[in-house]
Amino acid sequence: MIKVTYVAQDGSATTIEAEEGTSVMQAAVSNDLDGIVGECGGSMMCATCHCYVDEAWEERTGARSADEEEMLEGAAAEVTGRSRLSCQIRLDPSLDGLVVHLPEEQL
Amino acid sequence: MSQPGVLILGAGQGGLQAAISLRQNGYAGPVTLVGAEPGLPYQRPPLSKAYLLEGKAEALALRPESFFTSKAITLRPGTWVDAIDRAARQIRIGSEMLPYDHLILATGTRNLRPPIAGLERALDLRTLADAAALRMALADPQRIAVIGGGFIGLEFAAVARKLGHEVSVIEAAPRLMARAVSPAMSRHFEHWHRAQGVALHLGQPAVAVDEGGVTLADGTHVAAGFVLLAAGVRPNSELAEAAGLATGNGVTVDAGLRTSDPAIFALGDCACFPDPRTGAPVRLESVQAATDHARLIAARIAKGETADYAALPWFWSDQGDQKLQIAGLAGPETTEEVVAEGVVARFDALGLAAVETVNNARAHMKARRMLASGSAAGLAALEELIAA
Repeated sequence: MIKVTYVAQDGSATTIEAEEGTSVMQAAVSNDLDGIVGECGGSMMCATCHCYVDEAWEERTGARSADEEEMLEGAAAEVTGRSRLSCQIRLDPSLDGLVVHLPEEQL
Repeated sequence: MSQPGVLILGAGQGGLQAAISLRQNGYAGPVTLVGAEPGLPYQRPPLSKAYLLEGKAEALALRPESFFTSKAITLRPGTWVDAIDRAARQIRIGSEMLPYDHLILATGTRNLRPPIAGLERALDLRTLADAAALRMALADPQRIAVIGGGFIGLEFAAVARKLGHEVSVIEAAPRLMARAVSPAMSRHFEHWHRAQGVALHLGQPAVAVDEGGVTLADGTHVAAGFVLLAAGVRPNSELAEAAGLATGNGVTVDAGLRTSDPAIFALGDCACFPDPRTGAPVRLESVQAATDHARLIAARIAKGETADYAALPWFWSDQGDQKLQIAGLAGPETTEEVVAEGVVARFDALGLAAVETVNNARAHMKARRMLASGSAAGLAALEELIAA
């Protein structure tokens, strides 16, 4: 199991243990975490699973793809250099302990 | 004193979203979600794509069981509703009566069954159970015929072809996805599927299914070991009709998504609502419409909001490596302009109605924002936007 911590706007943190191979979006949704919607189910169609990767983890989560970059343009909250679609971050052992921050809004 | 609360008929993505949004909007009364299928509510779009390839049913669940407990939402799966008693504001399940203050119809659609002899031999692809059966059938090399060249039939065809099966697609209309996309986009996908080795039979309705395959109207026999029926859907509006609600192409609702009974709303694939842009009655088969409808209805019930439905429609279809994205909604009376490679704009009397793109998320998102802003856009503005 891989631990992921989601930090909400108010600073409250929730840590979820997810199976390898699931996405950061899926782990959040299947644990009923507020703050990630994931409306299209991970098809890169909706930009409602936007998150900001914590600075310490930026390099390990890798770069966003061109398509991801474009879909992020439709995100509801501000997009920064650390913005990702959480459906595009697959969990593997190297991401155990990952910290992501949640945007103010997703819709 | 306990109140009857909100009763949602249909536990698909729209029905579940209504329950989620009611709680998010602070609704404190009872919420009951009644679904005909067994198990937890699940995502339907992957059934014709990722699920067929990977078979991960657990990845489809929209919320864990704990969600329903923690949010005090009563989920009643595997449950058939027999009737709506509008006068008494209750529904009947067998001999049991369930009361409601507000009823939300989210009953979705089922496969349209055209008059084709022997059609009972064909498989469906609507539910998880259907998809699981199909996955089994795909385990060995097969000759497969798909009746219907719409999104689902073509998504399935692409997966089956990728898995090495011999695939034929039979479409009664002269072009693929004729109800959803422009002729130019139909042509693009026609070429793509043929290049993958899919045999396309266009403009020829199927007239009979037998153990050896499918016979077309012109007498052609398409050999197949199994047949998938994906020739469109029909809305599940019988309960509404029997209860005397206005129905036609689905359950008729107003701009506030209310049926002809103010205590009853309808959403998603079963609801026929006024298109915010043209006012014409439309019924959309999409996750976007179902969930956006659900949010509006929940805000109306929980917070008394009165805004009309105004969300921009969007759709997608993944066929192999071809990601089709559509922003906006084009009726039958449209002209088309190819704006760039894989980008088609559709216009009607009011101006830009929809933009279709293939593997071009950038153009799609730009078009989506432009259309959502409501500004009347012309071809020049769109070209400029896409080129920028």
